[in-house]
Amino acid sequence: MNEHQFKTVGQPVRKKDAMRLLLGKPAFVDDVTPRDCLVVKVLRSPHAHALIEEISTEIALKVPGIEAIFTYRDVPDKRFTMAGQTYPEPSPYDRLILDRRVRFVGDAVAVVAGESEKAVDRALKLIKVKYEVLEPVLDMHTAKDNAVLVHPEDNWRSLCPVGADNKRNLCASDSSGDGDVDAVFAQCDEIVEHTYHTRANQQAMMETFRTFTEIDAFGRLHVVSSTQIVFHARRILAHALDIPKSKIHVEKPRIGGGFGAKQSVVAEVYPALVTWKTGKPAKMLYTRQETQIAGSPRHEMEVSVRVGAMRDGTIRAIDVYTLSNTGAFGEHGPTTVGLSGHKSIPLYNNNLEAYRFAYDVVYTNVQAAGAYRGYGATQGIFAVESAVNELAARLNIDPVALREKNMVREGQAMPAYYGETAYACALDRCMARAKEMFHWDERAKPREMSNGRVRAAGVAMAMQGSGISCVDVGSATIKINDDGFYSLIIGAADMGTGCDTILAQMAAECLDCSVDDVIVFGADSDASPYDSGSYASSTTYVTGKAVEKACTELKEKLCTVAAGMMDCAVDETVFEGREIRRADGSASVSLADVATKTMCGNPTAAMATASHTSPISPPPFMVGMAEIELDRETGSVELIDYVAVVDCGTPINPNLARVQTEGGLVQGIGMALYENVTYDEKGRIAEDTFMQYKLPTRLDMGTLRVEFESSYEQSGPFGAKSIGEIVINTPSPALAHAIYNATGVWHRELPITAEHILMSMPEEN
Amino acid sequence: MLTINQYVRPQSLDEAYELCQKKNTVVLGGMLWLKMQSRLVGTAIDLCDLGLDTIEETADSFRIGAMATLRMLETHAGLNQMTQNALADSVRSIVGVQFRNCATVGGSLFGRFGFSDVLTLFLALDADVELHHGGVLPLREFAEMPVLRDILVRVIVRKRNIHVAYQSQRNTKTDFPVLTCAVSEIDGVYRCVIGARPMRAVVFEDESGLLSGGVNEDNARAFADDIAVRVSVGSNLRAGADYRRRLTKTLVRRALLTLGKENEPCKSN
Amino acid sequence: MQIKLTLNGKPVSEEIAADLLLLDFVRAHGCASVKRGCETANCGLCTVLMDGKPVLSCSMLAARAAGHEITTLEGMGAEAEELAAFIADQGAEQCGFCNPGFMMNTIALLRENPTPSDDEIRAYLAGNLCRCSGYEGQLRGVRAFVAWRAQKGRCAE
Repeated sequence: MNEHQFKTVGQPVRKKDAMRLLLGKPAFVDDVTPRDCLVVKVLRSPHAHALIEEISTEIALKVPGIEAIFTYRDVPDKRFTMAGQTYPEPSPYDRLILDRRVRFVGDAVAVVAGESEKAVDRALKLIKVKYEVLEPVLDMHTAKDNAVLVHPEDNWRSLCPVGADNKRNLCASDSSGDGDVDAVFAQCDEIVEHTYHTRANQQAMMETFRTFTEIDAFGRLHVVSSTQIVFHARRILAHALDIPKSKIHVEKPRIGGGFGAKQSVVAEVYPALVTWKTGKPAKMLYTRQETQIAGSPRHEMEVSVRVGAMRDGTIRAIDVYTLSNTGAFGEHGPTTVGLSGHKSIPLYNNNLEAYRFAYDVVYTNVQAAGAYRGYGATQGIFAVESAVNELAARLNIDPVALREKNMVREGQAMPAYYGETAYACALDRCMARAKEMFHWDERAKPREMSNGRVRAAGVAMAMQGSGISCVDVGSATIKINDDGFYSLIIGAADMGTGCDTILAQMAAECLDCSVDDVIVFGADSDASPYDSGSYASSTTYVTGKAVEKACTELKEKLCTVAAGMMDCAVDETVFEGREIRRADGSASVSLADVATKTMCGNPTAAMATASHTSPISPPPFMVGMAEIELDRETGSVELIDYVAVVDCGTPINPNLARVQTEGGLVQGIGMALYENVTYDEKGRIAEDTFMQYKLPTRLDMGTLRVEFESSYEQSGPFGAKSIGEIVINTPSPALAHAIYNATGVWHRELPITAEHILMSMPEEN
Repeated sequence: MLTINQYVRPQSLDEAYELCQKKNTVVLGGMLWLKMQSRLVGTAIDLCDLGLDTIEETADSFRIGAMATLRMLETHAGLNQMTQNALADSVRSIVGVQFRNCATVGGSLFGRFGFSDVLTLFLALDADVELHHGGVLPLREFAEMPVLRDILVRVIVRKRNIHVAYQSQRNTKTDFPVLTCAVSEIDGVYRCVIGARPMRAVVFEDESGLLSGGVNEDNARAFADDIAVRVSVGSNLRAGADYRRRLTKTLVRRALLTLGKENEPCKSN
Repeated sequence: MQIKLTLNGKPVSEEIAADLLLLDFVRAHGCASVKRGCETANCGLCTVLMDGKPVLSCSMLAARAAGHEITTLEGMGAEAEELAAFIADQGAEQCGFCNPGFMMNTIALLRENPTPSDDEIRAYLAGNLCRCSGYEGQLRGVRAFVAWRAQKGRCAE
């Protein structure tokens, strides 16, 4: 679709680590760190809210093999946040490694380290704790200004003006808008108004949280962790332990999935505390149950939407209010919520005259939330897209036609998207292609099948961002080595996404070489150039641009060296990948010779480091269409076909972009239909294992068909935007829509289970 | 965390029986359920040396050893032919192939778990169990008994003119069932078993003779509605009682109609 | 207690605790491919072959494996490498953490059924969870591998 021709960018090259991963070679934290180290586990609170009156570790310490047990008395009394965000973090400083007050079922009470898992398990049972059990705040609706405070402490701090107030259980609060919303609503023919509820879904990456720590030869704390954010992790650990940041070195090996879970420091603080205090190597492997109850899941949100439209379907005003539940701590609370409005309302930019978006983020005594793919946009898009589908039904307008009338178009300024302009937007083409692939016009109407079954379709659109504008920093170092191969050194974290390969493809494109000629190293807080980390759909867009810049700089330096070799001026040289020649063709030197020259009598550093930050965050766009077969006698939903058409700008590696899309869709399907999080009256999570928290299997997702309709984003590397997060956003509203078309009932709460569907329909007799 | 002090492979059923009379002993099945428990086991008794991992066909019955796996049930040609694949239908949704290669028939039945697909189907097959000490008794009786210190040796399914159909409802395809239902007609006797209520499976018969003239749309619906009134259902994480009651009507009716269809060609054979 | 078994073709004899799980046993013997993804036998990451059959090593006592042949991905050789290349060509490996279990079970499937249909592939691999890939790429890879092998077989004839 674009005029740009690339050699390596746009090719479906294999991921550099693919074969080693597929063959199960040692690559992950527990594979590449010593087996012989202290086992670290955490004693967890059985109460949602309590004060530790007494805690006795004497008997537990006598268990043979126990090295140390730490309680709140042993940790610094300076609060910090575990959120992996750029400093000063919007997330409040509300944590201690161990606190006298425990705030959710699963909160840390004591840290035990010992020589074996058995010894540690025995010791955990022998720690005696006397709790003063307090009334918990379990209902997010009554949290704000509740008499019970989750964080009454005086050393609670909020570093940014996000509307936080711990004396009101508020983690954040704000409102924004454009135009006179009330006046426009007053002129609308139809107003749809509903509230939508999404759960605290789990990222459920296959590798649980895990960290190894040791003291290195320089007396520094060496941390090997499954993390998306080596630099933030260094800062957070320094805050938590109250030690200089210079004393900490964080690196990540291969990561067994993250999806945002590992954008928070979760497991790291415990072994770090043990190693810092004992001087001994230590390892913590979260169990799946711990990952489910003391991880960093999606923020539960209740999103109230009002959409005002004319009879002809012109959408003129949207009003969104989001109540977000950050749980016991505020990680990512103030920021996720913003996306619920700012990345849903702009989808309907075309005729929008006014919008309002307000939110409260409240503390409660349940598991603290964090960052999960989609980061608030997922919740908001479920709500706004559902409301638009309800509007279409009420106006009796085809929901695709309604969207075509109102969707944001290329070149438009988007007041609800921080005033940014949609410079690159192929949403209209995505819709046209999806409609064609899906045969929407034929399949939009429900079809009766045999045996009580009905087939029905649903549609939704989505957007996201590409990095955090004016905040995220991506960096890359590129250097030449013997024979002329390159090292690309990054601080972004490949967590399976393939960014090591994608960034190498970009470097290969710039340097006119093969991807195999570029080796990739990262991420390491000592050795990598600074990078905010891999989150917020930033790596391709932000770090990718840094790669491009660094390569340009390196080429200049190599040409300088070559000019010396050929006895000419730099501007007389031409870089041609495997050689550098004089423009007039009179001489050339091979890249290998240039590389050799850089290592002998050469004063020019044969490497370049560049950083990049972007004043804008260009949204990727997409359309999803789902066909289901619904069993009217059991309520079961069978997915038949899911069509997704994505505008991620230039797909740097179409294979990896496709698999990102498919993976995101299936996570979205899980969120829509299966993955529940419920609490009992004591605040305990029922779905605390994979036995109860049901991920979709390959029998639960039907057939996926993915295509790309690319726009070209001028500010991105080779026209790229992002793809990592957007792909999770369409299944919930598209499936809710299909279920409505099959049953006539709107489900506004996720997951939409077979039970909910059947019980929403009158029993036939 | 499960802790086991001692692991023993008895070389005879007598030895196994003696061992399991002691307190704090456990006879191992597939260990899938046991492993998740936080308990201290003195002696774990593994029957794996006793040749019980077989399905034997004799002139009048199939004799399924306690250590036969659910995967063996799923792939056994003779048993599935006799049950019109209902046996395979009953186990194929249980987690995955690797799980079913571990899970044993003995473990599934001895625990008499509420969620058991296997118990539901074998009740419909009117199977017997053989206990080392207690001898052969109907599974239906065994299912009602308290936990015994005995060794479940094998399950016996007599060869008869069996028509059986299996239905289950699950939230995801491989999850525990929300409800299980097996319906059979053996030598003219109809049995309807409802499991995962979420309590242990129960057997109903056609006392009022609704189905005596053969299954059709009308009596299948009437029978299913009647079962739905009589069956005791409850609520758990997976679903509520009201939903289970409504499901009962659907699953029983569908199982009966499948049975009716299976029945027709059989009669002409 | 003392156990003897065959691990990836080599005899191993060792003194173990009665409650040692096969998963922890094989990892201690250098088989890092075998992963723990849950504690409830739901994920399939720990799949190994016991006498050729895929089982969950998280739910199997090492003691029970005594006298048996245990194979992990480390012992699969060319059979695994050929299949892996087809998955890699889809980019479906993604994070890689579930890959070994998926590879082991796919190999078991293809030994039982060399030309499975899509539905047979899905059914056999249902116990292998993957959170990254959305499964479609894995299916494309297995399908392509099966087709390639069939083609290769025909060429050999």
